[in-house]
Amino acid sequence: MDGAVAAEAIAWPDAIFAELRRWGVRQVAYVPDGGHARLIRAVHADEAMRAIPLTTEEEGIAVHAGAALGGDRGALLMQSSGVGNCVNMLSLVKTCRFPLLVLVTMRGEWGEFNPWQVPMGSTTEAALRLMDVEVRRADRPEDVAETVNAAARMVFEGGSAVAVLLGQRLVGAKVF
Amino acid sequence: MLDRRDVVARLLRDRGETLVVTGLGSATYDVAAAGDDPRNFYLWGAMGGAALMGLGLAIAQPARPVLVVTGDGEQLMGLGGFATIALQAPANLTIVVLDNGLYGETGGQRSHTSGGTDLAAVARGCGIADASRITDMADVEALAAAIAGPSGGPRVAVVVVDTAEAPRVLPSRDGAVLRGRMQAALGLAA
Repeated sequence: MDGAVAAEAIAWPDAIFAELRRWGVRQVAYVPDGGHARLIRAVHADEAMRAIPLTTEEEGIAVHAGAALGGDRGALLMQSSGVGNCVNMLSLVKTCRFPLLVLVTMRGEWGEFNPWQVPMGSTTEAALRLMDVEVRRADRPEDVAETVNAAARMVFEGGSAVAVLLGQRLVGAKVF
Repeated sequence: MLDRRDVVARLLRDRGETLVVTGLGSATYDVAAAGDDPRNFYLWGAMGGAALMGLGLAIAQPARPVLVVTGDGEQLMGLGGFATIALQAPANLTIVVLDNGLYGETGGQRSHTSGGTDLAAVARGCGIADASRITDMADVEALAAAIAGPSGGPRVAVVVVDTAEAPRVLPSRDGAVLRGRMQAALGLAA
């Protein structure tokens, strides 16, 4: 990997942060994940954003429904294992047609050493589609900004529910 | 013992700019019975989500009081939410848990609050300092005044109510309509 590519590989969370700023996202709820660590730090450091740590991912579905009800744009950050926790709470989004932007870092699909991550990682997209959440994917650093931007337009201009899956090949397999 | 309808009617009597989110089941019927309003958002599902929906709304609308009215069963499904709310500490958010110690919607099974779980203590343990247990109308009056602030929150009030089942008052179940009308009342594009 040459220097330019290495810098780009590091910069994709910054590209997401820039998109969230550009779209005027104010509430950012999250369950921590290593893949989102750099983005979470940036959100906490930005006075225009409200970082909202959750105890479990489905809380974020309800928080962002309330945010949208009151006129705030939001983004929900989680790891793929958290998607399964959200299924029933997504009935709120589906029934009331709330906008929802979810950014999911994938585990259990590329070089995963922990087999416990595989069952949910391999069904993340299906679980989202089960509740009519649109799914987009980025596996290369150069695709991240464009994919998040396209998803944000669907959410904030079209009122859709969209998840962007950030592939484990992009995020990097966890090494112990 | 307090009657849930009397409690909710008193809390909403002088509601001013208050925005209300209800937890599914009896709390939804209680708020509807006190009078429908575009600034009421009734949940008919999403169990465990009422207080957290109130959190997102309270952050988005910091100048207005946000009142969540829910039951003990609904809140028990979202206990972690107390920790999430404590961390954000929205001054304009009040969560009222109408605690009758049972799951009224599903046959009256005893809830965990009948067996010793103290939701006010849970809220305090999660970091919400203003968490109280209310058993008389004088304290309900004081709570109503505090809610209108809108400051001093977040607060959790566990109001102990009797187990009588009031006649059901059913508001709209159309979530998109409920969303749109509150957004219109707030002057927001739906």
